[in-house]
Amino acid sequence: MKNTNCIEEIKKEFDAYAEMYVPEGLDREEQLRMYSIMWLMRKFEEAVKPLWMANKVHGYYHPYITEEAIATGIITQLKKSDYVGSTHRGHGHLIAKGGDINKMMAELFGKEEGYNKGRGGSMHISDMSIGMLGATGIVGAATAPAVGSALKSWIKGTDDVTVVFFGDGGSNAGSICEAMNMAAAWKLPVVFVCENNQWAIATDIARVTGEPDLYKRGTGFGIPSCRVDGFNIYQIWDTAKTAIARARAGEGPSFIECKTMRMLGHHATDDSWYRDMSVCDKYWEIEPIKRMGEFLVGNKIATQEELDAIEADAMKQVEASIDYADNQCHEPSLDTFYDYIYADGEVIK
Amino acid sequence: MSIITLRESITQALREEMARDEDVFIMGCDVGLRGNPFGITKGLMNEFGEKRVIDTPISEAAFTGLGVGAAIAGMRPLVEILYCDWLTLPMDNIVNTAAKTSYMFGGQANVPIVIRAPFGVGGGVAAQHSQNNENWFVHVPGLKVIAPSTPYDMKGLLKSAIRDNNPVMCFEHKRNYSIKGEVPDGEYTIPIGKANIRKQGTDCTIVTYSYMTYVAEAAAAELEKDGISCEVIDLRSLLPLDYETVMDSVKKTSRVVVVTEAPLRGSIAGEIVGEILDRGFDLLDAPPQRVGSKNSPVAYNEGLEALCTPKKEDIIAAVRKTFE
Ligand SMILES: Cc1ncc(C[n+]2csc(CCOP(=O)(O)OP(=O)(O)O)c2C)c(N)n1
Ligand SMILES: [Mg+2]
Repeated sequence: MKNTNCIEEIKKEFDAYAEMYVPEGLDREEQLRMYSIMWLMRKFEEAVKPLWMANKVHGYYHPYITEEAIATGIITQLKKSDYVGSTHRGHGHLIAKGGDINKMMAELFGKEEGYNKGRGGSMHISDMSIGMLGATGIVGAATAPAVGSALKSWIKGTDDVTVVFFGDGGSNAGSICEAMNMAAAWKLPVVFVCENNQWAIATDIARVTGEPDLYKRGTGFGIPSCRVDGFNIYQIWDTAKTAIARARAGEGPSFIECKTMRMLGHHATDDSWYRDMSVCDKYWEIEPIKRMGEFLVGNKIATQEELDAIEADAMKQVEASIDYADNQCHEPSLDTFYDYIYADGEVIK
Repeated sequence: MSIITLRESITQALREEMARDEDVFIMGCDVGLRGNPFGITKGLMNEFGEKRVIDTPISEAAFTGLGVGAAIAGMRPLVEILYCDWLTLPMDNIVNTAAKTSYMFGGQANVPIVIRAPFGVGGGVAAQHSQNNENWFVHVPGLKVIAPSTPYDMKGLLKSAIRDNNPVMCFEHKRNYSIKGEVPDGEYTIPIGKANIRKQGTDCTIVTYSYMTYVAEAAAAELEKDGISCEVIDLRSLLPLDYETVMDSVKKTSRVVVVTEAPLRGSIAGEIVGEILDRGFDLLDAPPQRVGSKNSPVAYNEGLEALCTPKKEDIIAAVRKTFE
């Protein structure tokens, strides 16, 4: 199918589609930084599946592929002391917050040098030193605790902001609604971001909700809410900028539904047999990296050579992270079995 | 007789009970179209329709609550919580509504719900997908708890659970799903609350359940070579628990080891030992031994994960200790 035909078709069926534009205040340097972060996410995730197949990485692993614009467009605007609440699909959130992919890869290998010292794996990956509050294995369950970091900022009177992510599936966890209500009541500095890829494993969101426009839930709590095109990094950036500024100014929470499409299996070995994946063909034409790349070149913001170099550099970083995890890191010593169950080195057997 | 996996034995029980009683229905995340991640409910939605196999949103607290309410209203729901770790989400409606309604209402209402939950350590899926929470529910009067280990037992007990007028928690060890065994072709049930002697023995009783039954059998086989004859009891049900079978065995062997995969502290192993002491302290020739997992969350790292749970060697050592 030709690109232009695809776009026409997408416009018909994908109601969140929005044209790309460079928002005010987003300079070339920052655009290229975001572009390179998206590539780092993509190359990282693409590398993990073969590692999983080769049994170097195990457990559950959920790739962030094609959702890169969401984490990148939002989280890159945060400062170090701001917080990010994540999901089971958390690698992109961590990379956007400035995570070290060596430590990430080491964690996926279950090594002592990993972010979680090999205890957590992909599903719990976190970096508290940069306010990345961790991926979670229980869908929806990490949202309220993440809003708790905004409660801290509110009590202490700091200007730190919390951005909390959850999926379309996660949005149906009751505690998210309860947390949204409190955030609105107390004007907590939160940005709720719903990554609506329209699927929760094999469940199409439309089958389990009476209102698939998930942003409208925020409105019900008195939270300014909107929907954006989850493949459009510029619109995401622009919308998030306003929401983050609002939270930072103490004006309360916002809700952004980033509508996208899950274009791969749910986890490493899921072949999505339960859905027709051919519907995704046209969406690959607007996947966020390709789309931003075409925009940058088309609008003469960058040259194709510059973009190619960015991609190659991301690949190099990821290759180095695999070498690091595989060859330079260590299995946790079994003597440390009881470490970290309790604080301050206390051991209670 | 046919030889089937434990996974298939669950499917058979569900299918037969749904065909037998139109009030039986299934609810859970991805139980319909996908037929559950382990394939257990595959095909049932086509067979029985979308009102009897219901795909839910990821709303465990509320859909279990709906199940409890439908049971009170006269239905027989089968609710699936994909990993027992997440039973924390609907805990309130299980503990405070399902378990207590009959009592609080002076017997006016029953809650004939079955909640199925895969459990146990294995597969490197870390601390929120690996727990053994069955013990918690044994502490709640009003509930019944089963944890069968063979296809035959699973099918027979699950059918009894579905027909039972009380809330029943059914724990399915993930490592047991592929285990194969003989199952009769015709109709049968197994009563809740009856243990099964897996191996006769004279010197020491090993009391256990679910996946640990297989580990205990392996330990018993090895001890047999050294001339120690163990009797292995698979409890199958944890609440009610078949103390008659346990005490009959202890009378014979005068020694007992209780094995659970749950973290040992506060687990059912201590409760069983306590009950054995109450009922027959004088029967024992040695202090009873308990074997369980280390008191730790379960790690992602394979080495740390493996270190957590009881091994054949741990059970052998515990049996030997009763001879010291
Ligand atoms: C409480 C709970 N229920 C079910 C699951 C199983 N599960 C893991 S991911 C997932 C789908 C989540 O969908 P969504 O929130 O839309 O995120 P996505 O995977 O699409 O990014 C489900 C059902 C879980 N981990 N936790
Ligand atoms: Mg989703």
